[in-house]
Amino acid sequence: MTLMETLRYKISSKTFLGKTSALVGVVGSGNLEIFIKPGGSPDICEVVVKTSARGFGETWQAVLTSFAGQNAIGGTEIQINDLGATPAVVTLRLAQAFATPESTRGAK
Amino acid sequence: MSELKTGTTSWDSQRENRQRRLKRAASLGLTRKVPIEETQKLLQAVIEPGDRICLEGNNQKQADFLSEVLANCDRKILHDLHVVQSVLALPSHIDLFERGLARRLDFSFSGPQGGRLAKLVQENRIEIGAIHTYLELFGRYFIDLTPKVCLIAAQAADEAGNLYLGPNTEDTPAIVEATAFKCGIVIAQVNERVTKLPRVDIPADWVDFHVLAPRPHYIEPLFTRDPAQITEVQVLMAMMAIKGIYAEYGITRLNHGIGFDTAAIELLLPTYATELGLKGKIATHWALNPHPTMIPAIESGCVQSIHSFGSEVGMEAYVAARPDIFFTGADGSLRSNRALCQTAGLYACDLFIGSTLQIDLQGNSSTATLGRITGFGGAPNMGSDPHGRRHSSPAWLKAGRQAEGPHAIRGRKLVVQTVETFREHMAPVFVERLDAWKLQESLHSDLPPIMIYADDVTHIVTEEGIANLLLCRTPDEREQAIRGVAGFTPVGRARDLRQVENLRDRGVIKRAADLGIDPRQASRDLLAARSIKDLVKWSDGLYSPPARFRNW
Repeated sequence: MTLMETLRYKISSKTFLGKTSALVGVVGSGNLEIFIKPGGSPDICEVVVKTSARGFGETWQAVLTSFAGQNAIGGTEIQINDLGATPAVVTLRLAQAFATPESTRGAK
Repeated sequence: MSELKTGTTSWDSQRENRQRRLKRAASLGLTRKVPIEETQKLLQAVIEPGDRICLEGNNQKQADFLSEVLANCDRKILHDLHVVQSVLALPSHIDLFERGLARRLDFSFSGPQGGRLAKLVQENRIEIGAIHTYLELFGRYFIDLTPKVCLIAAQAADEAGNLYLGPNTEDTPAIVEATAFKCGIVIAQVNERVTKLPRVDIPADWVDFHVLAPRPHYIEPLFTRDPAQITEVQVLMAMMAIKGIYAEYGITRLNHGIGFDTAAIELLLPTYATELGLKGKIATHWALNPHPTMIPAIESGCVQSIHSFGSEVGMEAYVAARPDIFFTGADGSLRSNRALCQTAGLYACDLFIGSTLQIDLQGNSSTATLGRITGFGGAPNMGSDPHGRRHSSPAWLKAGRQAEGPHAIRGRKLVVQTVETFREHMAPVFVERLDAWKLQESLHSDLPPIMIYADDVTHIVTEEGIANLLLCRTPDEREQAIRGVAGFTPVGRARDLRQVENLRDRGVIKRAADLGIDPRQASRDLLAARSIKDLVKWSDGLYSPPARFRNW
C-alpha cells in the first residue's frame, strides 16, 4: 500500500443553501468518495483530501477552486478519500454530492 | 521509333523466376497439398534471400503457424527478407527480425509488439520503411511493395485448393490479388480441409500451396468492450457527442474507433438518443466491425446497415442471424473486407469519432509514446477529409459551410476526437509537444508518426465540453478553443479565460450546460447494457462472448 497524502484547503465560495450531509462515490481504483458536513464559516469551504496519488496538490487546488467559483459551496466541510480519480471524475462527484443533500446513495 | 525500344529480349523474367521456385518445390516432392512436417522445407525452397514477403498479420486474423515456421527457418538459407504486413501482433512476427532472417519492414500497426519493435530500431537491427495507413499499404502492394511470396490464413480448403475465409476475410483478398497476379507465390495455412466449401472466397488457381495447420489460426477479440467498465465521465461525453454533434449535423453514415468512449455512444443509442427522438435520424449506416456493444442499438431498430473490416470473436451466430444489417455470403456467414470497408469509411461516411493518447495545441493527435512504436491502423484513413469526394450530404455540407462560409465549393468530413483530459496515472492528453516528434528522431524518419493531422480534426470532445474547430478563424483562436476544453491539464490551465468565454459565446466551445445537459444525469443507468451478460441477453443468446469476458 502506498503512503496516502493529506491535503487541506480553505476556499472562498458563496453559501451553500442545501442540506449539508451527503456521501457519494466509492473508494475504488480511479474513483473517490466525498462526504459533506456543515462547516464553520458560511463563505468558506474547508476541504480535506486523502489521496493515493501523491504530488498533485496544485491540480486539486485548481479543481476545487474552479468548482467553488461556479457553485455555492460555502459553509461546508468536504472530506475526500481518493484512489487516483481524474479531475473529470472529481468534478462530476462534487456536482453529484452537492445535488443530493438528503440522500446517501452511492454513485457507482 | 524502333531504336527507342529497350534491348531487353525477355518480358517474362518474373514468371520464369516463379517457375524456378515452383520447380524447386516439385523436386522435393511438394505438391499443392503440403504435409505439415514439410512446411519449413517448402518455405526454404520457394522463398529466396532478399525477397519481399507478405505475412498475413491482420488486425485480428493471424497466419500464426506459417509465421512461426518461417521464424524457425535457417538464416543461412533465408536472410535479408523485406516484410510487408499490415499488423505485427504476434511474438513470431518480431522473432523474424531478432533472429536475423528479415531486415526491412513496411507496416501499419504493431500494438502489442510496439515495445520490442522500438528496441530493435534502437539496436539498428531493423529498417522501417514507413508506418502506413491501411489503404496506403494495400495500395503500395500494387505499386512498389508487391510481395514475391505471401503467407496467408484461411478457414478451409477443398480438394481443388479453393479457399473459404470465414467471417474474418480482412486483408486476404488484397494480399492474394497483389501476389498471385504479379508472378508471386501464395501459400495458405488452413484450419480444415473439407470436400465442399460453404463458399469460395479465393479460387484455387490463385493459391499455390496449402497446409493444414496444427491448430486454428489465432483471432484477437479486439473490438469487445465490457460495458461494466464504462465510466460516468464516458457517459457524459457520449451524451454531449450525441446531442452536440450527431443530432446537430444529422449524422447518419459513420465509423467508430475502438474504445470505451465510443462504446458508451453505441450503448446510448437505444436509450438517451431514442428519448431525444433521434432514432432513424442518426447513426443508421455504418462502416464498423460487429461490435458486441452495437447489439442493443441493432435490436432496438436504430441501425440499418453495417459493413465490416473484419469480424469479432463470439459474434458469428448473431451476425449470421441478422443478414438485413450485415453483409453475408450465400452460406449465411459474415463477409468482411478491410480494403473495401476502409474505402467506405473514407469516402462514404460523414463522421469518424475515435480516441487518442495525445493532442497538441494545433490539434494534431498521436498514439505514439516513447519506447513504443505502435503505428496507426485504420484511424488516419477514416479520420481524414477525402478531397476525392464529390457527393453531397447535409452533414458534410453543413461542416463545409461552417469552415468556409455559405459559398463553400465543397463540404467537410467530420473528424472527432473524444478524450478525457487525463488518462490513467494522471497523464495529460493535451500537451504542448507530441511524443511523436521524439519518436521521429529515434526512428530517423522523414515524418513524425501523427495519427490524425490537425487540419483534418473538426471537433474535440472532453468532459469539459466540445470544441468546434471548424468555426475557428485564426490559429490563435484554434489554440484557445483546444485549451478551453483541455480541463485541468497544464495546457488547459494556461488558457486565456476571456478569449475562451468569447469562444463559448460564439458557440465554438459548448459546455454540457450549453447543450442542455446536466452532468449529474450522466449515470451508468443510461447504458442499454451494463455488462457482457446484458449483451448476451439482448442478443437472445446468439452472442457467445470469449471465455475471458465471461465473468458470471
